[in-house]
Amino acid sequence: MEILDEIKKDYIIDLMKKNKRPDDRGYLDYRPCTVEKGIFESAEGSARVKLGKTQVVAGVKIEMGTPFKDRPEEGVLSTTAELLPLASPTFEPGPPDECAIELARIVDRGIRSSNTIDLESLFIEKDKVLMVFVDVYVLDHDGNLIDASALAAMAALLNAKVPKIEEGKLIKAERIDNLKITQKVVTCTFSKIGSQIVLDPRLDEEKAMSARLTLATTPEHVCAMQKGGKGAFTSDELINLVDVSFEKGNELRKLLD
Amino acid sequence: MEKPKLLIDGKRCDGRAMNELRPLKIQAGVLNKADGSAYIEWGGNKILAAVYGPRECIPRHHASPYRAVIHCRYLMASFSTLDEHGRSGPNRRSIEVSKVIKEVFENVVVTEKFPKTAIDIFIEVLQADGGTRCAGITAVAVALADAGIPMRDLPCALAVGKIENEIVVDSGKLEDNYGDGDMPIAIAPRNNEILLLQMDGMFTKDELRKAFELAYAAFPKINALQVEALRAHYAVKKDEVGL
Repeated sequence: MEILDEIKKDYIIDLMKKNKRPDDRGYLDYRPCTVEKGIFESAEGSARVKLGKTQVVAGVKIEMGTPFKDRPEEGVLSTTAELLPLASPTFEPGPPDECAIELARIVDRGIRSSNTIDLESLFIEKDKVLMVFVDVYVLDHDGNLIDASALAAMAALLNAKVPKIEEGKLIKAERIDNLKITQKVVTCTFSKIGSQIVLDPRLDEEKAMSARLTLATTPEHVCAMQKGGKGAFTSDELINLVDVSFEKGNELRKLLD
Repeated sequence: MEKPKLLIDGKRCDGRAMNELRPLKIQAGVLNKADGSAYIEWGGNKILAAVYGPRECIPRHHASPYRAVIHCRYLMASFSTLDEHGRSGPNRRSIEVSKVIKEVFENVVVTEKFPKTAIDIFIEVLQADGGTRCAGITAVAVALADAGIPMRDLPCALAVGKIENEIVVDSGKLEDNYGDGDMPIAIAPRNNEILLLQMDGMFTKDELRKAFELAYAAFPKINALQVEALRAHYAVKKDEVGL
């Protein structure tokens, strides 16, 4: 496996030098992307995202629970990601590894730091708050799981309805109000391949990249960032990607309407 | 809990200016058994870093025929914060932090010199006061140098924060918990390339630019202390052998 990856890597780095990508996309183009909301009835909110041949689903469950001790007046948001073994030969069964945890925490950070869910609005009464669980399941891995997962999570949250509350209890069968969402957060992930920076890497491009950079944006702010991989970026490269992320982020936001 | 006042009369809650670092002390070679080690006190942070290797890679199937693999374990002690007794062992946060720190050193360590081996990095946060991953990275760089492991550079790190509309360097714990944004950055000083970057909070493009400006002004000070720590440690050894 490793030898094949090395050969393919050289081929892709060469291709980049000739100003080409393996699927003839522009450097800053997304693959075709679709978002479907409300694909599962069992979850309070759900969505499926297909980004090229990458496919992820997200489910939102809303439950009654107790707040964290240091935040007694706020609801709870919990985000996880599962790299299912059926999605890739390299994903193994077992507890989430560092890649799954990093993926979930990037998605979480974007939603949390932008107050996309107003956690104070989830307060019911003393020691009683709503808990929102966002779980992302990766079904098919062809690169850029971060953007696909963040988009699926956001779509599932927009789709989520809060069950009726009676005498401090949730009536799961009756879903009334939409979950209060203040804005749409999306992420743009870039790969550095050789000296070229490309948006939305495919899996073969990810194998050839030295480093990865994700910017989560709302229409006016960058609300989370994460660099990954052993390579490096310069601060100028990063600043230049801010405007690109706003522009491409708006394209993704349209898919969420 | 009430949000504490983080800016008072144009100064920060601990009296610092916006671009001022907390007191920073680094000591190299503090442990006996480890191949390399360092201890850092940065503000209220007290962190030990140790390095073993290059040595046999365990588990063996992690080993690469091309280069040394780097393992990194960042952990916070159960008594390291004022909060309740923490659980020992890794949690989701520490696993993510370990991963991004590992990637910093995969960049600078000359791993291709040591195929089929592992270099194990351990970071123990004994007391935490905000910016622990940055302090950890700064200490690990010194520990790796102390272990004599060849590196292309001596990385250093710093967290830049946002408080209301001010950008501040080296956020402390209060600023981290109640501020409006936090951005840990690690760089390779020789070319200023960014090896670690994380951020949460709401930053505009201009604020990001300002954050990098302040960070890059502070990095040389941190780097100088790393070099000084190594120099101080090896100066002692020279005297011992009577050269």
